[in-house]
Amino acid sequence: MKKVRIRGVGHYAPERVVTNEYLATIVDTNDEWIQTRTGIQSRRFVAPDQTTSDMAAEAARMAMKQAGIQPDDIDLVVVGTSSPDMLYPSTACVVCDKLQLKSPTAFDLQAGCSGFVYGLTTATQFLRTGLKKNALVIGADAISRFIDFSDRTTCVLFGDAAGAMLLSSTEEGSDQVLCSIDGTDGSGGKYLSMPAGGAQKPASIYTLQNHEHSVHMNGKEIFKFAVRISIYMIENMLQQTGLTIDDIDHFVFHQANVRIIDAAVNRMGFSKEKVIYTLHEYGNTSSASIPFTLSLANQNGTIKENDIVLMVVFGAGLTYAGSIVRW
Amino acid sequence: MTREEVLQKVIPVISDKLGIDEDQVVGDAHFINDLGADSLGLVDITMALEEEFGLEIPDEDAGKLETVNSMIDYIIKAA
Repeated sequence: MKKVRIRGVGHYAPERVVTNEYLATIVDTNDEWIQTRTGIQSRRFVAPDQTTSDMAAEAARMAMKQAGIQPDDIDLVVVGTSSPDMLYPSTACVVCDKLQLKSPTAFDLQAGCSGFVYGLTTATQFLRTGLKKNALVIGADAISRFIDFSDRTTCVLFGDAAGAMLLSSTEEGSDQVLCSIDGTDGSGGKYLSMPAGGAQKPASIYTLQNHEHSVHMNGKEIFKFAVRISIYMIENMLQQTGLTIDDIDHFVFHQANVRIIDAAVNRMGFSKEKVIYTLHEYGNTSSASIPFTLSLANQNGTIKENDIVLMVVFGAGLTYAGSIVRW
Repeated sequence: MTREEVLQKVIPVISDKLGIDEDQVVGDAHFINDLGADSLGLVDITMALEEEFGLEIPDEDAGKLETVNSMIDYIIKAA
């Protein structure tokens, strides 16, 4: 088997800052309510002429630059997204065009918020077998385009962003992806969905009137699933690798809600000092959440070379995924 | 399990999850009005009690358990 190296990371968030105070002017909510229940203070929304692939391409450019890898050398593109530019072509194909990539294997991976980490595990297999040399794994979502602003409990949660990681296959050195875990509980699909717009319920005047083209979520059920599955994944990955909590330098949880992260951390009894947060400023950026947080923490020097980083995510499906990497 | 035994297990869980003193957790206390819980705080308590007593409290039942006493009654019946 060949080894997987993390060569670069990148991130992008749109310029428009949407504060809790602003949201309070268009929905029945307030800053205190949002902050105590979610930890979120602001989020970013795409501009009218911007879309998911634009953010994905920006994050990818940053990762490619950091890695020193040219567009011609990329032979795999995986975009984790649940807010693609359109049903088809895939956002990954649009990204290939925007970055002028030669002819890579390119596809979207729809695993809700878990898309990036699912993509990381998928790309890792291509690289270890040697089938592909340089993989661009992206998590990008513009959930603001699918928010129902009459649903006050859900519309405050999401922000738009993208994050990317460039991984290469090499003969030498050690593999930087130490372990992974992922899975699905399909029975929980009903708790987080966008009911219309697919083959089951195509767009119609009725689906529009019923607000079925937006995020529908049962927050309580997702909270329970998220806390329990995050703990399960952490324990499973520590067992797989023989590492202990103390060996982990940074915990990167899915940035869905500070209350979920805190509930999991409190139950496991480790220090919050090792947990990296970006949700206060950027909200839940869905698939972008993990790679965006990794890249930001890399840029500001929080994550350093050789650090052990554990990431866990959960999302629509219900899906879950985790990985431990050596930076 | 006696009511007293359940109460002794329930008090520290509620106190820990809501960050309040144990003596505030009295039988007729209302989770939201008296103990300052919000919806996620209630889910957190429900989860912890499910684990403590090895049972499942469905969301439609949990929504009706508004006081410490009603929670204890439910646990005694279900456990």
